[in-house]
Amino acid sequence: MDALLALALGDTLTRLVFFPAAACLPLLFFRREAFRAVKVYALAVSLVELALGAGYVWTHAGGGFARLAGDGAYRWIPSYGARYELAMDGISMPLVVLTVLLLPIVLLASFRGIDRHWRSFAASFLLLTTGVLGTLLAADVLLFYVFWEVMLVPMYLLIGIWGGERRIYAAVKFFLFTMAGSLLMLVAILWMGWTYHGAAGAWSFAYRDLLRLDLPPHAQLWLFAAFALAFAIKVPIFPFHTWLPDAHVEAPTGGSVILAGILLKLGTYGFLRFALPLFPRAAAAARPLLVSLALVGILYGALVAWVQVDMKKLVAYSSIAHLGFVMLGLFAFDLVAWQGALLQMVNHGLSTGALFLCVGMLYDRRHTKLFAEFGGLAKVMPLFAFFLVFATLASVGLPALNGFAGEFLILAGSYRTLGWPAAVATFGIVLAAIYLLKLLQLTLWGPITKDANRTLKDLSAREIWTLVPLCVLMLWIGVVPETFLKPSRAALDGVLTAYQQRMAAPVASAPALLRPAATEAAARVPEGSPR
Amino acid sequence: MHLLWLIPLLPILGTAMLGAIGALGAIGRRPPKALVTLIGLGAPGLSLALALACLARYAAIYPRPYEQTLYAWTAGPLHLDVAFLLDPLSAVMLFVVTFVGFLIHVYSVGYMGHEEGYRRYFAYLNLFMGAMLLLILGANYLVTFVGWEGVGLCSYLLIGFYYDQDFPPYAGKKAFIVNRVGDFAFLVGMFALVARYGTLRYLDVFPRLAADPGPALAPYALGLTFAGFVALCFFVGAMGKSAQIPLYVWLPDAMAGPTPVSALIHAATMVTAGVYMVARSNAIYQLAPGVSGFVAAIGALTAIFAATIGLAQNDIKKVLAYSTVSQLGYMFLAAGLGAYTASIFHLMTHAFFKALLFLGSGSVIHAMGGEQDMRRMGGLKRALPVTYWTFVVGALAIAGIPPLAGFFSKDAILAAAAGGGQWLLYLVGLVTAGLTAFYMFRAVFLTFHGEFRGSDDERHHLHESPPVMTLPLVVLAAGAVAAGWLGIPAVLSFGARLDRFDRFLEPTLWTIAGHPRAVHEMGAGTELGLIALSVAVAVAGILLARRLYDRPSDGLTGPQEDAAIAARFPGLYRTLANKYYVDELYDRAIVRPLARLSGFLWKWIDGFVVDGSVNGSASLADLLGGFGSLTTTGNVRNYALYFFLGVLGLFWWIALS
Repeated sequence: MDALLALALGDTLTRLVFFPAAACLPLLFFRREAFRAVKVYALAVSLVELALGAGYVWTHAGGGFARLAGDGAYRWIPSYGARYELAMDGISMPLVVLTVLLLPIVLLASFRGIDRHWRSFAASFLLLTTGVLGTLLAADVLLFYVFWEVMLVPMYLLIGIWGGERRIYAAVKFFLFTMAGSLLMLVAILWMGWTYHGAAGAWSFAYRDLLRLDLPPHAQLWLFAAFALAFAIKVPIFPFHTWLPDAHVEAPTGGSVILAGILLKLGTYGFLRFALPLFPRAAAAARPLLVSLALVGILYGALVAWVQVDMKKLVAYSSIAHLGFVMLGLFAFDLVAWQGALLQMVNHGLSTGALFLCVGMLYDRRHTKLFAEFGGLAKVMPLFAFFLVFATLASVGLPALNGFAGEFLILAGSYRTLGWPAAVATFGIVLAAIYLLKLLQLTLWGPITKDANRTLKDLSAREIWTLVPLCVLMLWIGVVPETFLKPSRAALDGVLTAYQQRMAAPVASAPALLRPAATEAAARVPEGSPR
Repeated sequence: MHLLWLIPLLPILGTAMLGAIGALGAIGRRPPKALVTLIGLGAPGLSLALALACLARYAAIYPRPYEQTLYAWTAGPLHLDVAFLLDPLSAVMLFVVTFVGFLIHVYSVGYMGHEEGYRRYFAYLNLFMGAMLLLILGANYLVTFVGWEGVGLCSYLLIGFYYDQDFPPYAGKKAFIVNRVGDFAFLVGMFALVARYGTLRYLDVFPRLAADPGPALAPYALGLTFAGFVALCFFVGAMGKSAQIPLYVWLPDAMAGPTPVSALIHAATMVTAGVYMVARSNAIYQLAPGVSGFVAAIGALTAIFAATIGLAQNDIKKVLAYSTVSQLGYMFLAAGLGAYTASIFHLMTHAFFKALLFLGSGSVIHAMGGEQDMRRMGGLKRALPVTYWTFVVGALAIAGIPPLAGFFSKDAILAAAAGGGQWLLYLVGLVTAGLTAFYMFRAVFLTFHGEFRGSDDERHHLHESPPVMTLPLVVLAAGAVAAGWLGIPAVLSFGARLDRFDRFLEPTLWTIAGHPRAVHEMGAGTELGLIALSVAVAVAGILLARRLYDRPSDGLTGPQEDAAIAARFPGLYRTLANKYYVDELYDRAIVRPLARLSGFLWKWIDGFVVDGSVNGSASLADLLGGFGSLTTTGNVRNYALYFFLGVLGLFWWIALS
């Protein structure tokens, strides 16, 4: 009992993950219509959560986040060896920080747009945060799966209840797509636990243990396919992407920001954390396919984004292109590209998050997101214009803003190992300029054509405060990316080294356990970075 | 010199301060104009002062390069420094950019004084200075690229400065996108260097290439050697930024921006960045003779192509724009021939006389109340004497009349072509020189000579610009006269070594092991003859323009003369006036098909194939579920039957296994 209390109240990942969920309970005691009080409460909770996250990272920065470390393991389902274990390293840390940072921002951004069921709205966001953080921090694969599914429900509600006109279609599509992918992943997870039992004589779903499981290539291939499908749908990779534009268009602003900013990253995070290290041979075999799909995503997403008539859809398709860069970086199997890919996951959360916030601000004012309804807004909303231009430029990959740092490293690294596909992907930056400058052209520039736009109010202080933190981070990452590259370098290097070692080792003919020494070496802290 | 990093930073801080006082203005009162002027002029002014101080100190360590590292980005094994480099090449660029840049800032105080977006204008212009200085001071390709795209952004913002109209933002967007095509190639070139050398630092890459060129000469991609591939990538980047065929199309449209912007960005500095980059990368280009030949050919083609378009333009800024494209072609011609110092020499003299010409045209446009069509001008020399005389100096300089600046730099390029035995390129350069002299003096005569052809309102409005605008004109005119004296060829100085410019830049040229740089010697007689020929061609161009547009023997005014020519050669004239229909061609061949493809992908692949199968499987599930639910009859006897069948099946399965 004491241990449980310590876990819940100490400076632990458990507290970080479950605080938002626990903070939902007091919501029951608010009156239904007390929107104002609920807003203030939810915002306060989110700020506390931000402080908890920042505090945890701050106090644990000493270890350099080189390997997974956290609260320790606790028995969960002893008969099957499933454990409750949360742990963080340099791969999950940036995404955890991004999550707790975006939470107060989306709540603040929703103050005006959301006008019903505020208690449930706040609860959905808080539960979603618990789900996301749990997914990022779970060090037991079964636990990971539980959090992965937990995440779905609040998002489904956010789209289905507070969404636009076709919200039910979009919510169901989102739910079914994601569910379909993850069920196969569950089968694969169970199979792995069972195989581990066969090889080691005891059940385990611990990430650390399953990493030691050396499987024959054909088994790896099936398992990889099951994991990859779940993650590919989440990213989303062409051709599993069609749920995304619908979900974005119908989701409320806050939902879109979290969806694009965080949930999509869980797909790429899944590849990096699970699909690549657990099934190295299969990942290597699937590389041509996934690199091709990444290229298709980059070019296809960009071209389709260009012809959209709805602002939000344009941004949604742009996400497909941006995540294509991340996928390319991951399947380059190169440390430079991986650093870029991880950075780009954060970058996309910031810049696309800011773009969705901007679209939401227009929607709050005009209740439409169609380009045809806008134009010339820079005249009446200069501050808005500044922020929209800023976020667009970050998204376009302008040097000295965040997007460039990520894309440059991804492409430079991919070119080292992949060659010409990286050059093809680089052409994506031309297309990005085409569709993103169209966004500016059709909203901000030119004469004002609609009378309704002549009297639009510029941003309020609240709206400015949702954008300022994002813009500060975009500039910071762009100018001094080192701050953000350094904490994840050792962890990424560990995963890559382990991958290379396993590829160099002889092929397993039957499921076997690798000697612990091999995994220890994999998790070793590399000595200072080479110049 | 340790304050080198402040030179680009100061103007960026200027932008930040102008932005900050603007944000305060959004809350309360508008910021006072004097404060905007103080910051907007102060930041580049300080930057200029610091640059001059640094250059003075640099003289002490010349010709050694001075490098300054601020901090690094490290990603895995890749280590990228944010670092600055001062060497003879960046020293020349530093002087040109800060000096001409500051003059144009001063001029802008007068030109933009009445504009609503005065603060915004200076914020953008300061940012441009910062980015341009990053570009030229960067000690590696990455920092240069940051500046490279930064100036592109400022160009986008400044072309679209009048954002509440339709055309300027469109032109800005076009500029940005066309430049991005070049940037794409630039990036690929950098990736290739990173993959091969693991660094982008100039003082790492070039010495290694120079010491051991072998690996760079091995076949690499696209049928080129490694050096050739990288050289081609960087040149495509330069094509975008420096407006060469086929990526020049954005520059004429860029004239939608305020005129001082055209002078600073689209004539004197930014568009020359590509030339700077090729000269900077001379170690790579020396190893890529094939690509260098391509550079020279594209340069020559662009030079004459743009010059012919310039013949038939009536907008004074368009004439200057095509002239810029054409002169940039000259610079690439030189660089492609291996005459890197000549290309930078022409870059510098061009910065003076083209900035002068643009600012002069701005003064005219200012006096005309915004009118840019030369057909509605005429006789302005009486009302705008300072503008007139300085403009004529600029026109003489660009036409290559001795002893003005353009004469020396253009001669150096033509001498390089002739000396290398490239007589076709020489001929193209010579013809272009004649065309240049002709269209520039056509502009002079149409604008300043003859009778005024505008409205009475405009006539009353005519006035010489205030000193804040004419003073920069005079200073630039002095430069347009004298800048060329830094590079007087030996044959004209009776053996005295007056080609100081060449010798100053010499240390930035790499000597590749086993690949000596070709030195072309010509007989003094040949060289003098060629000089006389090019001067004669220039004079002939001027005289022809004078005959047609100044003293029409047939009593026609300039525009009527144009109409007569157009009537005599209708097809040719229309083709030139419509710029060979290249914009239309790009629209039909690239933009529209791409848009159609995108629409197809969206409607058919996304909407029909992917979503069709998704919704189809949903319908299938619905259908199967429908069948399935038929079995749920609620009748206990049916369930008993299923149960019995199930047990039978199980038995069968166990029996089999």
